Amino acid sequence: MEKILFYILALIMIVAAIASVTSRKMLRSVIYLLFVLIGVAGIYFLIDYNFLAAVQLTVYAGGIIVLVIFSVLLVHHIEMELEMAKLSKKIITAIACLVGLGVFLATIYSTNFNVVENSKTTTVEDIGRGLLSYDAGGFILPFEVISVLLLAAMIGAIIIGKGDKLTKNDDTL
Amino acid sequence: MNITKNIHEWLFSLMPETTASIVEMVLIAVVYLAIFAVAGLYLVLLERRVAAWFQLRLGPNRVGYQGLLQTMADALKLVSKELTGTLKADKFLYNLAPYFVIVTALMAMSLFPFTKELHAFDINIGIFFLIAISSIGVIGILLAGWSSNNKFALIGAMRSGVQTISYELSVGLSLLTMVLMTGSLQLSQIVEVQEKGGWLIVQGHIPALIAFCIYMIAGTAETNRAPFDLVEAESELGAGFHTEYSGMKFAYFFLAEFINMFIIASIATTVFFGAYLSPFGITENIPLLGVFWFLGKTLLLIFLMMWFRWTFPRLRIDQLLVLEWKYLLPLNLMNLLLMALMVLLGLTIQF
Repeated sequence: MEKILFYILALIMIVAAIASVTSRKMLRSVIYLLFVLIGVAGIYFLIDYNFLAAVQLTVYAGGIIVLVIFSVLLVHHIEMELEMAKLSKKIITAIACLVGLGVFLATIYSTNFNVVENSKTTTVEDIGRGLLSYDAGGFILPFEVISVLLLAAMIGAIIIGKGDKLTKNDDTL
Repeated sequence: MNITKNIHEWLFSLMPETTASIVEMVLIAVVYLAIFAVAGLYLVLLERRVAAWFQLRLGPNRVGYQGLLQTMADALKLVSKELTGTLKADKFLYNLAPYFVIVTALMAMSLFPFTKELHAFDINIGIFFLIAISSIGVIGILLAGWSSNNKFALIGAMRSGVQTISYELSVGLSLLTMVLMTGSLQLSQIVEVQEKGGWLIVQGHIPALIAFCIYMIAGTAETNRAPFDLVEAESELGAGFHTEYSGMKFAYFFLAEFINMFIIASIATTVFFGAYLSPFGITENIPLLGVFWFLGKTLLLIFLMMWFRWTFPRLRIDQLLVLEWKYLLPLNLMNLLLMALMVLLGLTIQF
């Protein structure tokens, strides 16, 4: 049963990924990418990482894809098509992709994977305690560093967005 | 429940295990699809009757007793209608868009505990899963607006995107405020906490009440209903993102809108009002009555949302965004802190 589900998900993801890079319509590529991301979430569900799967759905499928669709809506017209690349570029890209694929396959086939006997569902409570604990194996430092990074990104976005209105005395806002 | 248990045993005795579980899943999905369709149709009828009541009219009352068959007839008419589309529409995305909206709504439906036993999918991240699913639904609306190659549809879709992304925050945060009291995201455990200590809105008194108000405002905005229906503002945009849809495809969007309202009300029922629990435990020894209490509370909340719709005038887009980012969000964050403090100090009301 799980095997069948895995193969169905894998097939969807591979087909969607190929369609995503070959499609000449921008929004269609984005939607194929969405299918790939949902497929990844499905695989997380399959291995019982429920929380990670929901994060994948919220952040990637719900957040990033919506933003990408938004920017496509702003800059792209429905009749426009992406141009085809030159032959030389195509060949170089194909070689690069094949090399990358080769490296991946070689690594995967040279590693011995251990089969985990008893799969256990990670609960949200475990994740929360892990994120906020400062004992060994806790993630409080990376957690705090990421929040500082996000704050910096937000301030940067506000400054770029407001432009020189910040320096001038602007009493409209 | 006994019936489901009997069917389960009968299926597994009849077939090999894998087939039986697949058949079981399909059966559950079909049952939920039927609930989905019936609930959607009758909510449309309810909306029309409530609207008529607020406007001192009669509303649909000719087809069947008190117009009960009116929306069924409408649905039959929609099925028989011709499907039209614009010439240069992106056909693939145009046809795909309604399914995004419908499938996400259907997935969310499966999580609600109608009674203790009638609960299809009790995942341990319950509420978070609901929020994740509802954030995907907006993609359908964006796609519908873009692919129909119509400027009004496009503007409607853009507005919908802005609105849903903003108000999702408030929905999530106000639910998180309540999760602080339960200590679990799983819906069955949330109900269990309420079974022991009273409904969460009573347990958490002031902050819970604030969270409920914010949740209802944000929920109304997320379902794109008036007074936040800028997405399909009739006077300026035609019908918004589904201007170019006709027949059954239009009906999908229409049904999904009402089901989303049902979902928002159901989440509120589960998290704030104790899901299937009866007030003061008066029918505690008849578990089947849970369905009645659940649907009763949900319908009351739906009526509240309809009341909003026929009472308040529509907001402008800048007012909408100011309301979310300058009022609801800071209020929500402060409320979250207040609730955390209260839970820490043990100031919640316990029975």
